Amino acid sequence: MAVKGAIVVDTERCKGCSVCIVNCPTQTIALSKKVNGKGYNFAYMANPDNCTGCTNCATVCPDSVITVYRVKI
Amino acid sequence: MAEKILMKGNEAIAYGAIRYGCDGYFGYPITPQSEVMETLMAEKPWETTGMVVLQAESETSSINMLYGGACTGKKVMTSSSSPGISLMCEGMSYLAGAELPCLIVNVMRGGPGLGTIQPSQSDYFQCVKGGGHGDYKMIVLAPASAQDMYDFVDKAFELAFKYRTPAMILSDGVIGQMMEKVELRPIKPRRTAEEIDAQCEWACTGRKSGRKKHMITSLALEAPVQEAANIRLQEKYKEIEEKEALFATYRTEDAEYLLVAFGSMSRLSESVVDLARENGIKMGLLRPITLFPYPKQALESLIPQLKSIASVELNSGQMVEDIRLIVNGRVPVYHFGRMGGMIPSPEEIYEAFVKTINR
Amino acid sequence: MDINDIIKPENKVYSKSPLLTDNIMHYCPGCTHGVVHKILAEVIGEMGIQDKTIGISPVGCAVLAYNYIDIDWEQAAHGRAPALATAAKRLNPDKYVFTYQGDGDLASIGTAEIIHACNRGENIVVIFINNAIYGMTGGQMAPTTLLGQVTATTPYGRKAELNGFPLKITELVAQLEGTCFVTRQSAQNPAAVRKAKKAVRKAFENSMMNKGTSFVEFVGTCNSGWKMTPVKANQWMEENMFPFYPLGDIKDR
Repeated sequence: MAVKGAIVVDTERCKGCSVCIVNCPTQTIALSKKVNGKGYNFAYMANPDNCTGCTNCATVCPDSVITVYRVKI
Repeated sequence: MAEKILMKGNEAIAYGAIRYGCDGYFGYPITPQSEVMETLMAEKPWETTGMVVLQAESETSSINMLYGGACTGKKVMTSSSSPGISLMCEGMSYLAGAELPCLIVNVMRGGPGLGTIQPSQSDYFQCVKGGGHGDYKMIVLAPASAQDMYDFVDKAFELAFKYRTPAMILSDGVIGQMMEKVELRPIKPRRTAEEIDAQCEWACTGRKSGRKKHMITSLALEAPVQEAANIRLQEKYKEIEEKEALFATYRTEDAEYLLVAFGSMSRLSESVVDLARENGIKMGLLRPITLFPYPKQALESLIPQLKSIASVELNSGQMVEDIRLIVNGRVPVYHFGRMGGMIPSPEEIYEAFVKTINR
Repeated sequence: MDINDIIKPENKVYSKSPLLTDNIMHYCPGCTHGVVHKILAEVIGEMGIQDKTIGISPVGCAVLAYNYIDIDWEQAAHGRAPALATAAKRLNPDKYVFTYQGDGDLASIGTAEIIHACNRGENIVVIFINNAIYGMTGGQMAPTTLLGQVTATTPYGRKAELNGFPLKITELVAQLEGTCFVTRQSAQNPAAVRKAKKAVRKAFENSMMNKGTSFVEFVGTCNSGWKMTPVKANQWMEENMFPFYPLGDIKDR
């Protein structure tokens, strides 16, 4: 049985610190080229197919901007 | 007939605390007020009323324990003497800024510095004008007897909670160490949790569902917010000045000369008034009981009948400045006092007075 | 599988704690304070003690902690949080009382207060954030600044002969009879966060068991003060802070 995950980033609250990126075991996340209202490049799912919904990114996010979803397939 | 017990002024503070429903005392030993905590520890009120008594590691810590307890709506108090009060000034400013009720007792001794353990009134400026940084005042009550020490515990807490502001009993080594009969008034029990919630809707008692979280702070990073807080404080002080000034008079009806004195010096000044009257001089006494709010109106109403005023203080002349502000040059205002723990005799004050009318 | 089939309420496995308010934290990107706030919010939420908890915020970057966790807060003068907590807990023994203090607050100006609160065995929780620098005032030397570390007031690096030695206050506190649980944690990766959360929960549980003071240090980063990216700061912390401030339980009884 495999799992499939996805994250939703509250882009307006994200400060682009990148701590989630280095803690993602599947290289799912990257910083967007776009910026939010505060001028931060925000995190986004660059490789959504990789996400397993492990919650590592959300666990370390200092601003609690990541919501994680997971399904068994 | 109410029960009367012989006790020191300092002990009266302790018994007042226990019997008037104080929730917590936090203090640090310093002469001449150590009997306050010693009495509390001997009485063990935690076994009877549930009152907490704790010897802290410093006056700095004591005053911040008051802050921590006052935030939860409890009746908390400390006592100290002049050098310890200096250490507490930081905390007093925070308590005033955060608008927290509490009671601080200052049994004054002579300074500056480590000074002397003998009585003094040289903290008038420090305590009546605020003490710590920022624009604030505390309600200041000046007891003149052991009975006052006992009664003012209740009065100070009443005013502190009414206005959400720190209150001080500004006493001195004379009143603290003197033994007198004290009538024990009826007991006021400690408030229940429900009564505290009802009286202190601002208190930190745990965020219940259905209400917002309570945040108690004196921080306002934005200037307009800080100014609004300052304006609110000043309006509160104005209301206190209008409503809460307390004073007593002695033989002022036909007085042409007025002594003004607070605390221990008001008692001594009564003897000076009697001495002057024996010599055919119409003298009277005004005793401010609250130093903030100052009984301005009481003094104002006496000025038209007066030839001169003298402030009698155990310092170099501090309250006399407030008197001069009120009098504003209409009659001469003198200061008679001793410093460094020395206490004048009534004769000494009277002789100093006589020199002013013969000059 | 379409992403919209995954992003459904029934598939949600992690989201912001309801005890964290919607206020955007003023902390710099990547700041450890944010992670520790989250840990606290989750622990208080999971224990169901929101209505019984009193937090005490310090002076320093975390002075505004009261804006972020939805509980009652007292904001203390610099260094005095343990004195506030002492009274709050003794007067309200049914409440969970914790202080949240930085290294300058706890280990410099508030040294007397923390030592004596711990020595009395106050039944409180102390959360101590050690990032070896004064963040709020612009990156000056802290009592915990490492030898050689450059700060605004040690521009040539901290020297023992000029500035004294970095203070291991946590080891000091562990020697006091009044403490029951003293631990040093971090929050730079998921494993560390999960471990730290268990430690914080234990500390809160201890505070109702009349065992004494529970003290949880977080070795953290101040990437702005250290003048590094958040990711680089975490690496620097692992390489330089952990050897001097080793992680793990120092005392547990």
